[in-house]
This record gives sequence, C-alpha cells and structure tokens, in this order.
Amino acid sequence: MRRALLAGLAAGAACALIGVFVVQRGLSFLSEGLAHAAFGGIGLGLLLGASGEQSAWIALPFTVVVALAIGAVRRSSGLRPDAAIGVLFSVSFALGALLLQLRPRNSAPVDVEALLFGSLLAVSDGALLATLLAAGASLLAVALLWSRLAYASFDPELAALSGVPVALLEYAFLALTAAVVVTSVRTVGVVLVSAFVIIPAATARLATGRLSRASLLAVTLQVAATAVGLLASYYLDVASGPTIVLLLGGVFAAALALRGRSATRDAEGEQLPPPV
Amino acid sequence: MTAPMALVARGLEVTRGGRRILEDVSLGVGPGEFLCLLGPNGGGKTTLLKAVLGLVPSRGSIELFGSAAADGRGRVGYLPQRKGFAHDFPATVCELVVAAQRARWPWRVRPAERERAAAILAQVRGEALIDRPLSSLSGGETQRAFLARALVNDPPLILVDEPLAALDTRGREDLLAILAELAARDETAAIIVTHEPETVTRIADRVAYLDVRIRASGAPGAVLEDPVLQAAAFAGADHTHLGR
Repeated sequence: MRRALLAGLAAGAACALIGVFVVQRGLSFLSEGLAHAAFGGIGLGLLLGASGEQSAWIALPFTVVVALAIGAVRRSSGLRPDAAIGVLFSVSFALGALLLQLRPRNSAPVDVEALLFGSLLAVSDGALLATLLAAGASLLAVALLWSRLAYASFDPELAALSGVPVALLEYAFLALTAAVVVTSVRTVGVVLVSAFVIIPAATARLATGRLSRASLLAVTLQVAATAVGLLASYYLDVASGPTIVLLLGGVFAAALALRGRSATRDAEGEQLPPPV
Repeated sequence: MTAPMALVARGLEVTRGGRRILEDVSLGVGPGEFLCLLGPNGGGKTTLLKAVLGLVPSRGSIELFGSAAADGRGRVGYLPQRKGFAHDFPATVCELVVAAQRARWPWRVRPAERERAAAILAQVRGEALIDRPLSSLSGGETQRAFLARALVNDPPLILVDEPLAALDTRGREDLLAILAELAARDETAAIIVTHEPETVTRIADRVAYLDVRIRASGAPGAVLEDPVLQAAAFAGADHTHLGR
C-alpha cells in the first residue's frame, strides 16, 4: 500500500503539473495519443524479451521519439496538432498490437488488463524507484521551465521577442509530456492516464484566474484524489486507477457547478468574492 | 555626442512562398523621431516591423541604436495589430506587463514590479486595468494593456502596428492622445503603421509610403501632396494603379 501511494502521488503530481500546460495549449488529445503510442513501445519491449516492467524502459524513449515526431510533423506540414497526434498515435498503437502478436508462442502471457488500466496496488520496489526518479525529474524540469513555458503558451511571438526559444521549448514540452505519460501508464494504465493529465488541470482552470495558482491547485487536487481514491479502492476492493479518476471527475463536476452558480449570481448583480 | 539612429535598415528583402513582400527597402529612424508608415494592404508594412524584430527571415542589414540588430532588439517595444495571445489564458494585465519586464512569465508579482506596472499603465490611462483579467478586456482596453507592455522597459524605439484598428471613436481619441503625448516627449522613437490620416497629422515627424518598396518618404505634407499616394495610403486601396 505504501509503495502504491508513493508511486501514485509521484506520477499524479507530475501529470497534473504538465497537464496545466497541456490543457492551456488545447492539447488534451496529446496525453491520450502518447499513452496509446506508449503501447507501441511496450509491445517492442515485450517482443525483445523484456518483462512487463522492463518494457516500460523501452517505451520511454519510443514515446519521446513519437512526441518529437508529432512536433516535427506539425511544424513542417502546418497540420493542426490533433491531426498530427492522430496519425502518429494510431500508427504506434497498431505497431504495438502487431508486435505483441509476433512474440514467440512460449512467451509469458501479457496482463492486458493491467496494461490498459494500470496496477497501482501491484507496484514493485523496482517500479516504485523508477517512477519516483522519472516523476521527480519531470517535476523538476517543468518547475525550472515553468515561466518560459507559460510565456510561450500565452503568446509564442511575444515570448520569442523576449528571448524565449519557443521552438526548442515546444519539443522539450512534448518530450516531458511523453516521459510523464509513460511513467504513469505503468501505474494507471494506457486508458486512464490522460485523465490524470487533464482533469486536475481543467478543474483548476475553473477555480482560478492565475496560471501559477492553477498549477498549484492542479497538483494538490491530483495528490488528494490519489490518496483518497487509493485508500477507498483498497477497502472497497476495486480497481484503484478508475476509482481515482471517478473521484477527480466528481471534483470537476462540483467545480463546474460552483462556477455556474457564481456566473448566475454575477448576472443578477450580486457582490462576488474576489477570484480565487 | 549625438545619439545614434534608432533604426537603420538597408536593402531589406523578404520573400515568402516565392512572392517578394519587401524589396530593397532602406529607411532610417532618428532618435525620438515618429515615422508613420503608410501603404496599401499587402504592401509589406507589418512584414517590415517583423523583419526589424527578427520575427521573419530577411536579407539586407538592420542596425538598432548603432549596433547589430540582434544586440538591439531587447530595447525595442512592440504593439502588434493582431493580438496572437491565448484569450483564455488565466492572467491579469499586471502579469502581462511584468512578463515583458522580466522576459519571463511571473509566478508571483513582486511589489516593485507591480508599482512599475501601475506607473506605466497610468501613462496610457489604464491604471484601473491592473488587476483585470485579460479575457475581460474590451478592444480599447486590450490596446492600452499591450501598449503599456510595449513601453514598460522604456524602449528608445517602439514599433506600433495599426494602433487604432478595431477601436470605437472614443477609444481612437484616447489612444491617439496617448501616442501624441509620447511623440511630444521626444524620448522614444517610433514606427507607426497606420491607415488613419489623423494619426499622421497629430504625431508624424516623417512619413514613408511602403508598397513592397519605399515609394516616397519625407515630411508629412510633402508626401501626402500626391493625391494618388494619399488615396492609396488612407483607403487601403490596391496598389496596381501605381505602376509596379
């Protein structure tokens, strides 16, 4: 349980922090795409004889390359991001499915359910260490790049005028998102990892009008939901990933309802509290 | 010792998609001089500003304040016509101005930075905007906020692209008055892209007419005596009748 909690908190915090920029840049499809692309890397690792845990180490550079390719295709072709993501993730996912089929018949069976929905409660010491290192490095990188990422997300042209290397930063952002997604796929699975990236950030955006506060709030929400969701799943004997995501969904719904009430009161001319 | 020219451009050329946008453009802006840049739509006015800022690739030479352009660009303020910022970005006017001061987006605004932002917003008659979310601003308020952003570092040169576009009558009056005050102080040079005759009348020290090439340049009266140029400059007319 302690391993699961630490892994979940670390992965969740990293997802939430990068998620603020993913949501702000309108790239919510990116996390979904990269999670599916990671499946290609996992398939490659399994074909090469790696264990389920070890294949994540192969999925990491594989997914980073896919993320950079998304950036390159978008910049060179002028295609909208969702199109570039759609093409590359479909191809990667299909590759993963094919590579899994090409494994020798006597290979160890793949726990597809764990792959798709994660196995947070089954995290080993090795997987925990890897998650803590990867998530920690990602968190540090995003923290160091936060002010530049924010400026480039606000207005790439004005950021460039202030000396921000916008193109390089975009590639760094894509690579970081890939790293965070792959780190978290191991714990919450391919299907649900995008929820960890998007929902806390989207909820935070409903609650505050400052990017810095949204960043802190997103991480706080994710950490709280992970802790509560994990405990609830343990005692209810249900899957932890989906439980956490449902909890996040509930918090989002509450934030949306509160915001709707504030908007109604604003329209009626009532005095509103200052923005969060 | 006299101050160096704010801008000297020689033989500037910009080509995009096989089409020549700027051809052999040479012009200079003296310290404290307000140059109004006129010309038809598609004549290369915005591209010229972006070439000076290094936002588009160009050939030719650009000097800013007597030095190479790359060394001088940090001292140039810019008020773009089309605001490419994310309108849903969670930020206030204060953060916008401080970001220009710091060349980074602020995590937290320091008291001294807030004071400076308040002072510069007061200069553009926008002191009430300081804590307003960017998403709540009208067109005129947005222009003030971005003008404050362009001026916060006391740039010796500002590039202003169609400052009165999309403003109502009151907004145009206000912004023109602010630019006229700036022009009168003689501390800042400017290139103002405009289609508005009133802008030229009230603030221009010199006028240049750009239609891929500089077609005319000089005192406002002298350039605008040509009825063909006047009509084309202020009506945004097609340039074909000028015999390119």
